[in-house]
This record gives sequence, C-alpha cells and structure tokens, in this order.
Amino acid sequence: MTRAEVLADDPIWLILIKVVVLFAFGVVMTLFMIWLERRVVARMQHRPGPNRVGPFGLLQSLADGLKLAFKEDIMPAKADKVVYFIAPVISTIPAFVAFSVMPFGGRVSIFGEQTYLQLVDLPVGVLVVLACSSLGVYGIVLAGWSSGSPYPLLGALRSAAQVISYEIAMGLSIVGVIITAHSLSTGDIVNAQANFELWGLKVNSFFIPLLPSFLIYVTSMVGETNRAPFDLPEAESELVGGFHTEYSSLKFALFFLAEYVNMVTVSAFSTMLFLGGGLFPFVGQDSVLNNGWLQFVWFIAKTFVLLFLFIWLRGTLPRYRYDQFMRLGWKVLVPVNLSWIVALVAVRQLRSAGWPLGPTLFFGAIAVLGLIALSFALPDREVPDDEYVPVTGGGYPIPPLDLEVPTETPKRRRQTRGSRSRRRAAVTAGQSASASQSQEGSNDGNV
Amino acid sequence: MHELLLAAGGPGPVSTGEAIAFWILGPVALAGGLGMIFSRNAVHSALWLVLTMLSLGILYMVQQAPFLGFVQIIVYTGAVMMLFLFVLMLVGRDSSDSVVEVLRGQRLWAAVLGVGMAGLVVGAVSRALTDVQTANLNGPNANGGIGNVANVGKLVFTDYLFPFELTSALLITAAVGAMILGYLDRHSKGTKHTQRELVEMRFRGEYARPGSLPGPGVFATANSVATPALLPDGSVSGESLSRLIDTTASEELSGDVTSVAGSGVAPDAHALVPGADRSETEENR
Repeated sequence: MTRAEVLADDPIWLILIKVVVLFAFGVVMTLFMIWLERRVVARMQHRPGPNRVGPFGLLQSLADGLKLAFKEDIMPAKADKVVYFIAPVISTIPAFVAFSVMPFGGRVSIFGEQTYLQLVDLPVGVLVVLACSSLGVYGIVLAGWSSGSPYPLLGALRSAAQVISYEIAMGLSIVGVIITAHSLSTGDIVNAQANFELWGLKVNSFFIPLLPSFLIYVTSMVGETNRAPFDLPEAESELVGGFHTEYSSLKFALFFLAEYVNMVTVSAFSTMLFLGGGLFPFVGQDSVLNNGWLQFVWFIAKTFVLLFLFIWLRGTLPRYRYDQFMRLGWKVLVPVNLSWIVALVAVRQLRSAGWPLGPTLFFGAIAVLGLIALSFALPDREVPDDEYVPVTGGGYPIPPLDLEVPTETPKRRRQTRGSRSRRRAAVTAGQSASASQSQEGSNDGNV
Repeated sequence: MHELLLAAGGPGPVSTGEAIAFWILGPVALAGGLGMIFSRNAVHSALWLVLTMLSLGILYMVQQAPFLGFVQIIVYTGAVMMLFLFVLMLVGRDSSDSVVEVLRGQRLWAAVLGVGMAGLVVGAVSRALTDVQTANLNGPNANGGIGNVANVGKLVFTDYLFPFELTSALLITAAVGAMILGYLDRHSKGTKHTQRELVEMRFRGEYARPGSLPGPGVFATANSVATPALLPDGSVSGESLSRLIDTTASEELSGDVTSVAGSGVAPDAHALVPGADRSETEENR
C-alpha cells in the first residue's frame, strides 16, 4: 500500500488525534521558539535573556501569552469592525493548515493501527503549502487596511508586495525539486530522496545536487515570513509596529502565533523538500536509524537547524532597505532561479539521451564562461563626461564628497627634504611625529 | 439542482460527501457573488469575491481535481485578488462608488452585454447538464491511470502547448506594456534628479538655500510647530515659522502659547481618580 492509501485508511479517532497533536505542536513550538529566540539573541548580545519564569526562563512566553489574554482589547474608532476582527483569524488558520501535509515521520503503529506520521498525503501537497502562505497574506493586508491608520496601511502594503515577490522566487526554487522527484506529493518527494545517491554515497537529500534551489529557497523563506533582515512590514524604526500597530490583547497574540507557526512551517517544508525529511543520511531506508518514530526525531532536529538560522540571521544582520530588498528578489533570485531550472532540465535531458555527464558539464561550463567573456567585450554605456566644477552660491568651488586631505603640502615636503639630510638618524624615530606636525602646519596655513 | 446533478452524473452517483459539500459551498459562492455586487465599499466587494473563488476552489477539489482547485486558490485568490486589494487600498478606504454616469450610454450597454452574458452562461450550463457525458476522475484507472496532476501536466505540454504559450504571451505583453507605461528614464533630461544631483544643484545656487529650512524650536516645555526656533543671539528665527501658522487665528494657538509659557494646567495626580472634578481642567484647555 502506498503512503496515500495507508493514510486514507486511518480511522476517525486516529485522524482526530493527529489533528489535535498538530495543533498542539504548532502552539508549543511557538512558545518554545519565542523563548529560544530571546535566549539565543541575548547570548549573541552578551546578556542573560529571560531567566526568571520556570527553569531557564522556559515558561516566560507562556506567562507573556497569559498576560496578553488579560489585556484590554482595543477597537480603534476608525476601524472597519468586521474586517478588523477576522484579519488575525485569517492569518492564523492557513499557518496551521499547512502542517497537515508535512511528512513528519515514517510508518508507525499507533494503538495497533498502521499509519504514517502525517495527516494527509495529497497528490498536490506542495501546492497546499503555497496556497496557505498566499492566503496568510490576506490576514496581514486586511489587518493593515482595517485599522484605519497610516502606519498599519503602509506596513500592509509593504508586506503584500514583499510576500508576492518572494513567493515567486520560492515557487521557482520548488520547481527544481519537483523536476527531480517527479511528484508534487510531499510523501513521494521524501521517498525520492531516500533513493538518492551521489558518487555511491547515500546522501538521502536533495540539497547537494540542488544547491542553488536550496539557497534561493532559504533566502526567500526569510522574506516570505517577514523576518529579519527582511522584516520591513513591521520595521519598528520606520512604521512603529507595522500592520499590527493598532492591535492588542488576543488578536495581537494571534498575529504572533501566526508568524512563529509560519516560521516552523517553512522550515519544515524546507526540511521535507531539500534535507530528506525524516531520513537519516548515509544509511538505507530499512536501517534501524530510519524507523518511523526515529524519523520524527530527525525531522524535528533538521527543522530546528533551520529555525536556528532564522534566529542567527536576526541576531546578525541589519534590516535591508526596501528598494535593495526588492532588487534582490526580482533582479537576483528570480533570474538566477530561472536559468538554474533551464540548466537542470538541459542536464537531465542530455543524460536521458545518453550523453556522458562529465564532458557535457565541462563543455557547458566553457560555453557559459565564453559568453561571459564575450559580454565584457561589449562596449559599455557611454557616461556623459561633464567638465563643470560644482561651485557654491558665492562662486567658490565645492570640495568633492570623497575628498582626501593630503598630509603634506609640496612646500612643506621640500623643506623637510632639505632638513632630512641634516638629521637623517632622527627620521625613523620621529617620522610620525614630524608627519603629524607638518599636517597641523598645513592646516594652519589653510586657515 | 441535486436531482439534475444526479441525472447528469454519468458513471456513478454523487456521493453523500460531495452532495453535502455542494449544498454548503454552492450557497456560500452565491452569497459571495451577491455580496460583491451589493456592498458599497470596494474592499468589501473584493473580499466577497475572494469568498466565491475559495468556494469554487474547494468544489474543484471535491470533484477529484485537486490541482485545479489549488491553482485556483494560489493564482486567483493569492495573486490576482491580492493585486486588486493592493490597488483598492491605495485608493483610500472611505471612497465609495459614484452613481453619476461618466461614460455616455454606459448603463444601456452594460445592461445589453450583461443580458447577453447571462444568456451565454445559461446556455452553456444547460448544455453541460443535459448533453455532456461526465468523465469519472475518481479511482485508480481514471485519468489514464497516472493521476490527475501528471495528466494535466502531460496535456499542457503536449496537446495544449500552443494555447498555453499563447496565454503566457498575452500575459507577458500586458506586463511589458505596463512596464513601458510606468518607466521613467533617469538619464534623459527633465526627469527626476538623484539625491546627489539635488545636493549639487542646491550648492550651485539653483534653489533658494543650500540646506533645509530650520525646524521649529523644540524645547523641554513644548513640541508645537508654532514654537519658533531661536538663533544663537536669542532672537526669533523668522524662517522657522511655517507660513501656515502665521495665517492661523491666534485663538487656535492659545493652547500652545500657554503650554510654552508654563501658565497652563500642570499634570495632576488626582486626574485618574474617579469622581474627581475635571470640568475645571476642561475649561482651562
């Protein structure tokens, strides 16, 4: 029986258990991720971080969540009541729905019932995740619009543009995986990676042969979840809090929940697409290390590596400027991705036509290098050479912005050369001193 | 309607689950369509349309076409409607429809074309319900035995390659057209200057002054724009006062004046106590 058939045979009680566990998993991961993020970023900044509530401060985010629930729920006077109310719900539900297609583990037996650690295995599983992420944007956009205030609106517009642009790069990076795995189903993609060998080694993952796709996916998933360094929709230095400025209490908590669940979703998705899902590398699918429950452990471990990357980026990189961010998305990620897909298809087609891979790649690389060399031979766009020297309103020339003040004037240099012959022995010891003296002298002269 | 569906259902009857889904999603889709037409606010209209599209997408999934269903959600709901919303939000939230006829004869033509469109739809649907033999998409042997997704992919890239490419050519034409309409050549004369060019022009004396105007005086006691900046010798800088404020009646600025002078109401710890008399405070403001 295939994975989809086994999952379709699940009794109702097992499906209910899985649904409840998935929901609990999302909530617990959110609480844990908030704590982990605060602790790790604190460690990177040489401070302790939350350490009061519970062991190692583990219950801090639970306490914060409880506090949020008891805060006053404010509805702005100019808000669009209905839309303002449903926006946080719209952003939270798709985040959880995307979990349903994640293949968390292998085949296990729960209370004597054979099943997989996955809720459903649709033939279009990958599209479910994309659809959920595109619906999640509505929550953000509607929240910003319905608040009836300029900062949230600006944040929402930024966010809409950002998520749509980065969804294109994300969708294109998935194409490489689909071409290699011959399927859109999440379970089949993991199975395809189980049989993947590279130079006789069972790597059990796609990220080495599909490295460009993987790197683009990782970049675009940060943009897709509105996280630093791409957190422009909620840039606190520019937009107060972005789309959720006007929100408080549980509605605000729902946005927080959605953001962190989205982070977990895209990390788990990336694990499934590129890192081999729950498969342990270097061993076969029938190894002890790859039994159903252990696969769940490996899956979570791989997901946490990516989640740590999110935190690491946030602790390290400054926020992008908006135009730089858009340029990266449209002018770098999308074209690189398209040419990579064409190259991938070409290599696959040539291999199936019986061409040897090594020489093909070699001559292909030579052809690409030749094209690059040819592009250097093309004449550049002519830069208009203007002769004018900028002057002030009073008619004096303006010094250029990158002016370097010479440390020595020609006159001073002639003088020091004359005296150097007399006191050559003292030059090495007093060189820096005399240089700074001459600089002061020249400054005096200018004044 | 249900009986019609049953009658038209070629191989195999409509299952209970499908019937339930239809009777829930059908009214929802219809409500979405009506809501889109009758709501006064443009963003609400767009949201009703999203509801209709989502219900249609789920109906496709129920009818064993999951690829079509999810593509409907991703492309129409996720991309097309999002762009619509994007534009509507820029228009402003309080702008409502105007009932004035801008184009001459618009209503007449709208009515004629609307009736024609309705006739076409009714004709197509009635034919679909009576003449067309439905193909069963369910089961392992349906769809040529390789499943819905693989079959759709195969057909798009073989039999329907030319229409598919034509569609993409249409979309690219639209995108390129929009780019040309919106493109501004920065290198040609008479267009927007860069930041650097502006700085140089300012220093060349092409503007009234090289820097920006001095801001208002912000002191510990006031942050009003009506507060003038003081020059180093203590005199008031006339440039720091907005012309708008000069023309404002002095009563409107009296609050700011009292707060700068320090003769206004000081913060009162009893202000938060319920029952405290605050009418005095109100009067002073």
